[in-house]
Amino acid sequence: MEAPLRLVVANPLDRLARTLEALLVVTSAPLSLDELSAAAAEDSERVETALRLLAERYSEGRSGIVLERVAGGWAFRASRDAADACARLFERPVQRGLSQAGMETLAIVAYLGPCTRPEIARIRGVAADSAVAGLVERGLITEAGRGSDGAGGAVRYRVTALFERVFGLESLSQLPRLDDLGEDVDAIRERLHAVAAQRTA
Amino acid sequence: MIVRELELDLDAFEGPFDLLLTLVLKEELDLADVDVAGIVLRFVERLAERDELDLEACGEFLVLVAALLELKARGLFPEEEAELADLEPEEAAEELARRLAEYRRMKEAALWLRERLADERDRFFRLGPAPLAPQPERKLAPQDPEGLAQVLRLLAVAPPQVSLAHMTLHFPPVAQFLERFRALLRRRSIFDFDQEIDGLTRQEQAVAFLALLELRRANQITISQAAPFAPIRIARTEESGASDERTTAWKLRSA
Repeated sequence: MEAPLRLVVANPLDRLARTLEALLVVTSAPLSLDELSAAAAEDSERVETALRLLAERYSEGRSGIVLERVAGGWAFRASRDAADACARLFERPVQRGLSQAGMETLAIVAYLGPCTRPEIARIRGVAADSAVAGLVERGLITEAGRGSDGAGGAVRYRVTALFERVFGLESLSQLPRLDDLGEDVDAIRERLHAVAAQRTA
Repeated sequence: MIVRELELDLDAFEGPFDLLLTLVLKEELDLADVDVAGIVLRFVERLAERDELDLEACGEFLVLVAALLELKARGLFPEEEAELADLEPEEAAEELARRLAEYRRMKEAALWLRERLADERDRFFRLGPAPLAPQPERKLAPQDPEGLAQVLRLLAVAPPQVSLAHMTLHFPPVAQFLERFRALLRRRSIFDFDQEIDGLTRQEQAVAFLALLELRRANQITISQAAPFAPIRIARTEESGASDERTTAWKLRSA
């Protein structure tokens, strides 16, 4: 009767999995494979195997806690089944009241970041100051040094890990390709010429 | 209603609309200084004074104001103009299309993000530092309102009257002290300046000192002082009159 129990305790992979569980539960930000390996003092290959084991154990439908790959690392989140209860407990201020200007600014920073406010303003055609300030306050973007023209250059911004978590992105590479979005230059040029022709006519 | 005769009263210009347009076109009036909204307001006011809507006047006004606004916008952004001025019409259209496409893509990306956010609204996770950065608490030392009032009261007090007493000061003539010191030197070869002026007013002391300098200039005395603020010692010089007399007397005696 004791044999199976001793086997569980003695299984080194399972012990590693429990260590990783502990590490993930004490932090609030996603932990990268490197960070987990360093903290568990194990090589990354074994850590990855243990993480797969944990991900299976903590998966949607099996557990109230779900382990997921997000923002370039691993993190626990609540299962979607419990979302309503979670929503009653607290609301997510990050996404509340994100304006169209905020969304567009966020998209520009996500795709072109690190970029400066003048660069954002150039694309959107209006000043970006308040939109940028709102996103910084929400923790979705953050300062990332100054522009190429040295210390006096404009502050550059990039999206944060929180952005990836809120949007459920494993990394920024999961964003759709820019080329697949919107009309291409040719279509717009044709429309411009059509409008111009109408005006001169 | 004739739009061109619209009377304007702006900060930068006063007169009929027609004249304003002429001055702007002749570049004698800087459009940057002209409040175009003020012109529109004036027109709307005049329009409201009439019962019927003068469509013809509205149309004319719209065209003129639009042209004015375009001119003003170009004037306000000279760099943009320079940037696009070098471009051929074809290139300019290309540049415009490129910029529009860039913005259009970002709009689409924003839409994608919004949809994604809606899909992921069930995501709940533990957050570390609050996403809403907490406002740093401004720490002030304990404040005493009475202390502030006290300081304000100090400031509210009228400043003390400036004394003008020095303007009516009476200075005795220098000659008076010259006489006095010369008389003294006839009796004694050395005296202490501080002792002599003891009990005199500041003004008298000052004049006495001037007399001293006068005697020194005439080379009738030597002045010495052991250290700063030490008593000033005055000695009769050998060449001074009193000394001469004595020397003569001595010579006579020895002769």
